[in-house]
Amino acid sequence: MTPICGWAGSMPSRLVKGVERIGHRVIDALWRLGVASRFFVLILLHSGSSFRRIHLVIKELFSTGVLSLIIILVSGLFVGMVLGMQGYDTLQRYGSEEALGVMVALSLVRELGPVVAALLFASRAGSAITAEIGLMKATEQLSAMEMMAVNPIARVVAPRFWAGVISMPLLAAMFSAMGVFGGYLVGVKLIGVDEGSFWSQMQSAVDFHQDILNGIIKSFVFGVAVTAIALFEGYDAPPTAEGVSGATTRTVVTSSLAILALDFMLTAFMFRGEG
Amino acid sequence: MFSDNLVEFQNVSFAYGKRPILKGINMTVPRGKVVAIMGGSGCGKTTLLRLIGGQIRPSTGTVVVDEQKVHELDADGLYHMRRRMGMLFQFGALFTDMSVYDNVAFQMREHTDMPESVINDLVLMKLHAVGLRGARDLMPSELSGGMARRVALARAVALDPMLIMYDEPFAGLDPISLGVIGNLIRRLNDALGATSIVVTHDVHESLEIVDYVYFVSDGVIVAHGTPDEMRASDKPFVHQFVHGEEDGPVPFHYPANAYDADLRLGGQHA
Amino acid sequence: MERTTIDLWVGLFVLLGLGAILVLALKVGNLGGVNMSDAYSVRAGFSNIGGLKVRAPVKSAGVVVGRVSDVHFDGERHEAVVILKLDKQYSFSRDTSASIMTSGLLGEQYVALETGGDSAQLKEGDKIKITQSAVVLESLIGQFLYNKAADGGEGK
Repeated sequence: MTPICGWAGSMPSRLVKGVERIGHRVIDALWRLGVASRFFVLILLHSGSSFRRIHLVIKELFSTGVLSLIIILVSGLFVGMVLGMQGYDTLQRYGSEEALGVMVALSLVRELGPVVAALLFASRAGSAITAEIGLMKATEQLSAMEMMAVNPIARVVAPRFWAGVISMPLLAAMFSAMGVFGGYLVGVKLIGVDEGSFWSQMQSAVDFHQDILNGIIKSFVFGVAVTAIALFEGYDAPPTAEGVSGATTRTVVTSSLAILALDFMLTAFMFRGEG
Repeated sequence: MFSDNLVEFQNVSFAYGKRPILKGINMTVPRGKVVAIMGGSGCGKTTLLRLIGGQIRPSTGTVVVDEQKVHELDADGLYHMRRRMGMLFQFGALFTDMSVYDNVAFQMREHTDMPESVINDLVLMKLHAVGLRGARDLMPSELSGGMARRVALARAVALDPMLIMYDEPFAGLDPISLGVIGNLIRRLNDALGATSIVVTHDVHESLEIVDYVYFVSDGVIVAHGTPDEMRASDKPFVHQFVHGEEDGPVPFHYPANAYDADLRLGGQHA
Repeated sequence: MERTTIDLWVGLFVLLGLGAILVLALKVGNLGGVNMSDAYSVRAGFSNIGGLKVRAPVKSAGVVVGRVSDVHFDGERHEAVVILKLDKQYSFSRDTSASIMTSGLLGEQYVALETGGDSAQLKEGDKIKITQSAVVLESLIGQFLYNKAADGGEGK
C-alpha cells in the first residue's frame, strides 16, 4: 500500500465492501426465511400421514411432553410461590391482600404460564429435537430413509411437529395450574390470606374466554413456533458435530426471541382495550 | 427392448455449484453382476450412487436405471424406483431410535400391508442371512462396527431389491468383518439375482468378489476391466492404486509452490 | 394394537394436561359460575356508569345473579344503556331498581338490583326504570372540597 493514494483509494472500496457484506447478509437471511417457509408448508402437506399413523405422534409426545413434565411442574410451583410472596408484599400496602388470588391467577393464565412454559419447552424439548434431527442428518439416517422411498418429512419431521403442538398447551395449562397452587400454598397456607376470598375473587375476575382460552391460544401459537424452529434448525444443520451444536444453540435463542415477540403481538391483539 | 444393462451412465457431468465433480462419465452395469467403482477419497464415487438413487440430478447427460431416466422421474416415479433399490450407507446409517429388528422391518412396514407375523418371519430370515438373528433386540448403539454394517446390509435387502448399492462397505472394519462383508455382498447378490454396485477404495477385498471394475479419478473414468485385467494392468494410475504406491499419477504432495521457494532458500532474506 | 409403556405415560400426560385446563376453567375461572345460556336480558339506562365493564357481575343482596353483557351509549337520550343478562332461576319485580356500586373503596364495579313491590315480573327486553348512577370518586371529592370551602367561608 502506498501512503499517498492509500486513503483515497481504500475508503470508497472499504465502504463498498461493507455495503456488500450487509447486502449478502440480508439476502442470506431472506433466503433462509424462504427455505424455512417452504419447509413449514411441507410439514403441513405431509401431516396427513402422521395422523393416519398416530402411534408415531404418540411416541414423540413421550419425548416432547412427558419428559418435559417434571421441569414444567416444578418451575410452575416455584413461580406461583414467588408470585404469591411478591404479590402479597405489594397488595398488603393497599390493604387488598384478598386480591392476591386474582393477581396470581391472571398473571399466570395470561402471561407467565404460556410464556415461561414455552421458554422452558424451547430449551428442554426444542433443543432435543434439533439435536436429534441434526444427528440423524449427520449420520445419513435421513438420506437412508429417502433412499428407502420414505419421505423423512412425513416420517420423522411431521410427527414431531404435531407432538410439540399438542404438548405445548397442555404443558402451559399444567404450569398455570401448578402456579396457582403454589400461590395458594404461600398466600393462604403460609401467610394466611383468607381462603374464601382468595378463590372467590379469583373466580369472579378470571374469565374463561377472555383469559384462559386466550392463554391456551397463546401457548398453541408458541408450540407451533418453537417446534417449527427446532425442526428447521435440525433439518438445516450442517452435518457435522459443530453444525449440530450451533443449530441447537440457535434453536434456543431464536425460539426464545420468537416467543417474546409473538407474545407482545398476541397480547396487543387479544387484550386491547379490555379490563 | 430389454437391455442387458441395469444401469447406464451416458456422458454424465455433475458439479456442486461451480466445482465440477464428474466430467463426462460413461459406464454400464450389466444385470446380475457385481461392479466395483474404485478411486481415491473425494473423487466423486459417492456422487455416482446419489445420481443412481435420484437424490441429485446430473448437470448434463443421462442416468438410466432399468430403462428409465432417473432424473426425469417425478417424485412418485422416483419413490417407486427407489423401492426396488437397496443402499448400504458408509457407516450403516441405522435408525438409532429403533432396535435391530425394527430397522430391518422398517421398509416392510412402510411399503407393504404384510401382517406382523409375515414381517416377523421375513425379518428373521434377513437377519439370519447376515448371521445376526440373535441380535434382533439390540439397539444400534450396542453393535460393533462390523455388526452394524451387517444389519444395514440386511435392511438394504429387506425388500429383495433389483439393485443394491454399497457406499464404502469396507471402511473402518477389522480384517474378519471385512471378509464377512465381502462374502455377504457376493452371496446376497447371487442369491437374490440382483445387481450390485460397490463403491470402495479397498482394492484387495473388492477385487476378490467383483466381476468388473471401474477406476475413477478426478471425475473421469481412467480405466476399467475385469479384476484380473486390473491386476495385470500397466496403466500408471491402476498400478499405483492396486499396489498402493505412495507417489505416481496421484501425487503425494498437494499442489504447492516449489519446496525451496517456500522455505525461502536461495538468498531471499537478503 | 400393541400397547407399550410409552402409551401409558402419554395417556397420563394428556390426562394431566386436560385436567389442568379443567382446573383452570372451574376453579380459577368462572365457567362454573352462572350459567349464561339460560338467561334473560333486561336493559337499564344510567346517566353515568363510571368504570362499569362488560362481564361485570350483577348482584342482588350480594349474590351474583347475572352479568353485564353489553354497554353502549344512547345518542338520543344521552345516557348509557347497560344490558344485563340475568339467570332464569331468579325473577325480579318490574319496579326493581338498579344501581352501580363499587366493591370496597377501590374494587371492581357491579350492578346491584333491589326488588320492589310490584307483582308483575321483569321479562326479556324490559327496561329497568329506577336507576342510580355510579358514584364517581372525583366528583365526590370535588363536592366534599366545595362543601368544606363553603363551610369555611360561612365560619369566618
